[in-house]
Amino acid sequence: VGFGLIMCASVKYSSRGPALIPRMKTKHRIYYITLFSVVLLGLIATGMFQFWPHSIESSPEWTLDRRSVHDAPLVKLPVSSPIPERGDLSCRMHTCFDVYRCGYNPKNRIKVYIYPLQRFVDEVGVPISSTGLSREYNDLLSAISDSDFYTDDVTRACLFVPSIDVLNQNSLRIRETAQALAMLPRWDKGMNHLLFNMLPGGPPDYNTALDVPRDRALLAGGGFSTWTYRQGYDVSIPVYSPLSAEVDLPEKQPGPRRYFILSSQTAIHREYRTELERLKEENGEALLLLDKCSNLSQGMASARKRCYKGQVYDYPQILQESSFCVVLRGARLGQATLSDVLQAGCVPVIMADSYILPFSEVLDWKRASVVIPEEKLPEMYTILKSIPHRQVEEMQRQARWFWEAYFRSMKAIGLTTLQIINDRIYPYAARTYEEWNNPPVVKWSSVSNPLFLPLIPPRSPGFTAVVLTYDRVESLFRVITEISKVPSLAKLLVVWNNQNKSPPEESLWPKIAVPLRVVRTKENKLSNRFFPFDEIETEAVLAIDDDIIMLTSDELQFGYEVWREFPDRLVGYPGRLHLWDHEMGKWKYESEWTNEVSMVLTGAAFYHKYFNYLYTYKMPGDIKNWVDAHMNCEDIAMNFLVANITGKAPIKVTPRKKFKCPECTAIDGLSLDQTHMVERSECINKFASVFGTMPLKVVEHRADPVLYKDDFPEKLKSFPNIGSL
Amino acid sequence: MQAKKRYLISLLTGASLVLLLYFGGVPGPAPATSRHERARGGGGGGRRSGQPWPHASEPFQPFSPGDETDTEEYNAHVSPRQKREVHASVYRGKRCRMDSCFDFSLCRRNGFKVYVYPQQKGEKISESYQSILAAIEGSRFYTSDPSQACLFVLSLDTLDRDQLSPHYVHNLKSKVQSLPLWNDGRNHLVFNLYSGTWPDYTEDLGFDIGQAMLAKASVSTENFRPGFDVSIPLFPKEHPRSGGERGHLRANSIPPFRKYMLVFKGKRYLTGIGSDTRNALYHVHNAEDVVLLTTCKHGKDWQKHKDARCDKDNAEYDKYDYREMLHNSTFCLVPRGRRLGSFRFLEALQAACVPVMLSNGWELPFSEVIDWNTGAVIGDERLLLQIPSTVRSIHQDKILALRQQTQFLWEAYFSSVEKIVLTTLEIIQDRVLQHTARSSLMWNSHPGGLFTLPQYSSYLGDFPFYYAGLGIKPYPKFTAVIHAVTPLVSQSQPILKLLVAVAKSQYCAQIIVLWNCDKPLPAKHRWPATSVPVIVIEGENKVMSSRFQPYESIITDAVLSLDEDTVLSTTEVDFAFTVWQSFPERIVGYPARSHFWDSNKERWGYTSKWTNDYSMVLTGAAIYHRYYHYLYTHFLPSSLKNMVDQLANCEDILMNFLVSAVTKLPPIKVTQKKQYKETMMGQSSRASRWADPDHFAQRQTCMNKFASWFGGMPLVHSQMRLDPVLFKDQVSILRKKYREIERL
Repeated sequence: VGFGLIMCASVKYSSRGPALIPRMKTKHRIYYITLFSVVLLGLIATGMFQFWPHSIESSPEWTLDRRSVHDAPLVKLPVSSPIPERGDLSCRMHTCFDVYRCGYNPKNRIKVYIYPLQRFVDEVGVPISSTGLSREYNDLLSAISDSDFYTDDVTRACLFVPSIDVLNQNSLRIRETAQALAMLPRWDKGMNHLLFNMLPGGPPDYNTALDVPRDRALLAGGGFSTWTYRQGYDVSIPVYSPLSAEVDLPEKQPGPRRYFILSSQTAIHREYRTELERLKEENGEALLLLDKCSNLSQGMASARKRCYKGQVYDYPQILQESSFCVVLRGARLGQATLSDVLQAGCVPVIMADSYILPFSEVLDWKRASVVIPEEKLPEMYTILKSIPHRQVEEMQRQARWFWEAYFRSMKAIGLTTLQIINDRIYPYAARTYEEWNNPPVVKWSSVSNPLFLPLIPPRSPGFTAVVLTYDRVESLFRVITEISKVPSLAKLLVVWNNQNKSPPEESLWPKIAVPLRVVRTKENKLSNRFFPFDEIETEAVLAIDDDIIMLTSDELQFGYEVWREFPDRLVGYPGRLHLWDHEMGKWKYESEWTNEVSMVLTGAAFYHKYFNYLYTYKMPGDIKNWVDAHMNCEDIAMNFLVANITGKAPIKVTPRKKFKCPECTAIDGLSLDQTHMVERSECINKFASVFGTMPLKVVEHRADPVLYKDDFPEKLKSFPNIGSL
Repeated sequence: MQAKKRYLISLLTGASLVLLLYFGGVPGPAPATSRHERARGGGGGGRRSGQPWPHASEPFQPFSPGDETDTEEYNAHVSPRQKREVHASVYRGKRCRMDSCFDFSLCRRNGFKVYVYPQQKGEKISESYQSILAAIEGSRFYTSDPSQACLFVLSLDTLDRDQLSPHYVHNLKSKVQSLPLWNDGRNHLVFNLYSGTWPDYTEDLGFDIGQAMLAKASVSTENFRPGFDVSIPLFPKEHPRSGGERGHLRANSIPPFRKYMLVFKGKRYLTGIGSDTRNALYHVHNAEDVVLLTTCKHGKDWQKHKDARCDKDNAEYDKYDYREMLHNSTFCLVPRGRRLGSFRFLEALQAACVPVMLSNGWELPFSEVIDWNTGAVIGDERLLLQIPSTVRSIHQDKILALRQQTQFLWEAYFSSVEKIVLTTLEIIQDRVLQHTARSSLMWNSHPGGLFTLPQYSSYLGDFPFYYAGLGIKPYPKFTAVIHAVTPLVSQSQPILKLLVAVAKSQYCAQIIVLWNCDKPLPAKHRWPATSVPVIVIEGENKVMSSRFQPYESIITDAVLSLDEDTVLSTTEVDFAFTVWQSFPERIVGYPARSHFWDSNKERWGYTSKWTNDYSMVLTGAAIYHRYYHYLYTHFLPSSLKNMVDQLANCEDILMNFLVSAVTKLPPIKVTQKKQYKETMMGQSSRASRWADPDHFAQRQTCMNKFASWFGGMPLVHSQMRLDPVLFKDQVSILRKKYREIERL
């Protein structure tokens, strides 16, 4: 209901709406208020719509839920119930994991089953866990069951997650928990079972992995050392910090902070605290060493306060005031402090020898943290000082991003774990390093060139000239004759875009030394010129209009040579520029004699055949249709596409010459007047809005032959005939 | 205007709609429906056996993550120092890790230095092991003094530990134990290609390696000690010592499919370890685009063991040529043999045939740093029958990327024994460097870990290679470094004109005068007043290489390197710098030179003649990234740098070699004023140097010496020059931004 209303409103008001908010007139303001009220009303209405019926409908289910937790079936464990084996250190995916259960799956997605809740008790009725199902484990299971990993069909499952909570070993009775695991109907030596544990081990030695015997089960553990972690089998996960949910710390801009190093942990070993205090003595104010507060008034949550010499600080807020934050090991290697520190965008200085960092299988911690051996604690200050400022800023941003994406909730932790396992089972569909590690702002601003290998393709395959033509046969034949003189031409492809007229008979075409093919198109569309025809067998494509006869053979051959040096760019002849029109507040197209170039016209340009694919199948938004409908700007669209994906400017070759208005071909009949320029400017604005950015890059250079215009005998030059026509 | 309004309104409404969807849609209906569906499914029954996971509503107890109490208790009776000692004594042998079996203190004293035991008379060393030792000895890590060393490498050949092999070294156990520095293998690195023998092919080396690290081929994950051992590729004895062939990919064809989809040609072991996978290959073979061929013909008595399929398989096998298949297939199957690794892996990699691994439990080469998912398809032997559909499901774009990555990885880490050895050493060095180690991005993207020295900076943006990947740009100013060799006597000296011209550039941040003249520094007032700071540095030992020292005072990404007698105008500098901003990983310069292969003399030739192409630009006037100063000083061996210093020549050639070896691309020549005939160099000391006939011969010699160290010719030719957009165009000069360049 709400949606329809909004749609109507937008249609109704858009036709008369104002252009810019600052220049709003009273009349417009009314429109705006109306519009927003409608939106607001819609929001409220939708909200009501969502919640009312929903809560009514699901009320029986809530009771069902409640019943299932409190009245989950009680299972009594006989004393003699089997205990699983301790867990095999040599387990790997290919030995201890049954991959057949995951099978071939076109979506490359594993299916995860969660066991129904049961309450396990021993023979005398004492539960196996002192806390039962914890809030965190419940959150985790709920998140999995809401994700597309979840299946309730046990026969289709690839991975099984017990509903027995083993997050905190302290609350477990080891033997009984193990017996309970072995009683799970599909346990089968723990094959394909995944356990989540954050606090492993117990006194006095605190093992770095869960002590519960678990056969071959995979362990997502929060404090592995290199000795207990089975690389490629277990998953190292963070220790969740409940403060993540309690405290809302807005992201802070990366940059220098009040303190350089901050230590906020309360249970630091005396030897380390002495070292830290020595560092503080040497470096003074740059360090802040906090400890727990000894004399807090009643009622204040001690977890949220830290003290230094009687001064009280809010935790974790104070973490935002420091560039680096110390995360020292405790009894266990994994520390919840790490999560708090990341949330604050403070760069963690991790001192926990042999610790396997959370999700280290996929996360590049070198970009977000500093790992220092415990032994080197005295050198911490010097080490951190040697890190370049810009890197500290990047690490701060990266730290915060890791928290947001992988640490902030049990859901994030759980789904990341599943994704990592998913990546192992379908490695060819695994998430990339960039997807895992680049924060959104980097993903947005960076480019990953699909033609990234530095290659200069050999000259010999030559290029395929693709001539788009409608019915200017005479001119076309002249172009064909001219191009056929270019030494590296491998094939000529004429794209016959006129459906009403057949191409001339074969005998009438110019006789040339290379194969000449004519393809007839079904529709007179501009985008046909960029279609990846099978007939194009070379990497290099020369797109050329049927009236470009002013390019010499030397110029074309030279253009091809330049393209070989820049196979991932557009290499063309006439250059154009986009400019920001401050008065109008929008982009403007410029074809005058400028000192800069940001586009080359595809009326005569070399480019990689790959871009034909991109243009035809991957052009964002409705640009392709828009170009075909307007019969204009296909070249601008191509320039946008290439610049956007490679991050590189095109290359203009050879001097400017009087082209016979190359841009007019598309709009035959119209002279190069203002309409044309306005239309081209509109294209730029349209495309920039579709791309969501202005990808075009401006450069001030063009490519000429090495000896161009040099005082040197012309006959010794490779490309003497440049700029003559 | 109308259009704009429409856009704005629709944008706003769109945003509200998105908000609505998000607000109303995400937490509400989606899970609700799925829950209902599940509830219904339960009612219908049959589809599932258990109950669904319930969404519980009541408050639970938190799992109490604070382990402070535990820690306090723990701290009371455990000292961190003791704990470390305990680790070191407990985790030995098969459980060795850097923390327990490696003495970091040895590296702290002198840095990461590697000692190679002297070769003993009478000890036979295989060609491959010779190459390994030569690579270490030729590297910048080498030391001949064991007291300086952080890592020790045996001169006893441990590569082939197959008892049945002719290269097997006997009595290795006692030989190793008798080494005075062995120290139970602590800080030792043992190379191995083959271990174990028929029938079980264990990974035992036949002697106790103690606490030594293993750099081993075909190592299984079970035996691999992560973060301690290094998995290396199996390489043939013909593998080139240095340089090595380039990858076979010449061009990125579109669409990226080749004649065959998946190929394999190799031996089939009818029984015994590792035979299952190859025995089953025929199920997948379709003789069209999936061609998997095996032969039973190997070993003396193959006929005795042959099975029913052998004759048919052998016949099919002989119909196809291995090389032809390798180069015409999109994917190449790399199944395990008797051992986990095979030569086929490197062959496929070089041939740009994406390896499809079928070798369960193989710790892939350099897996500690290489993300193999980007350069290979990791299959599972158990899922052999799915392999064809798996590779067919891989998208074209992914194939394009995988294929290019095979080439990058091959050239960066595998194409020569030297690269394999250096990669091994760099991986170990990264562990020693700890927090300053290379990030995964450095290892897995061009130009790779061997060319990115993490000691230079731990910030990726300080290198010329990652700007696009990080979405950032180089710092938009340069530092000029002028190499001064003649005393300052007159105010009309070219260096002063140069100083003034360069200082006027809008992109100039500062000027460093490198005083490499025997005369003392001139007084401060002798230098012209400029708007940018001028820093005078006295050259270290006054040698040529000091001009490429990574001076800390260079604060910009770009360096404009200049000879004192270079004649340049402000406009030329400005233009070259704008060009460099588009190509920050290359050298951008003015006068260019070229190399050629002199087939009569069978060596490389050097020419300064005006030619239609070039492969070097002189560093007497060139802009490049300051990282190359670091690379020049710390990457190149002292033998080459000493040669340059002794000749006081060729420093520019060496720099061009270095940068082209890194980028695999030519430098960029930009236009310059044309009034100078041969070079833009003036008539002072430098000119006399250029006029010297020896000078030219020296440069020729340099080229060949450099090429032999690089293991090939890294220089690449270019046929183009970059000029300002309106250069010499028929348009009013007033329109031209860089008009000075064309004015005579």
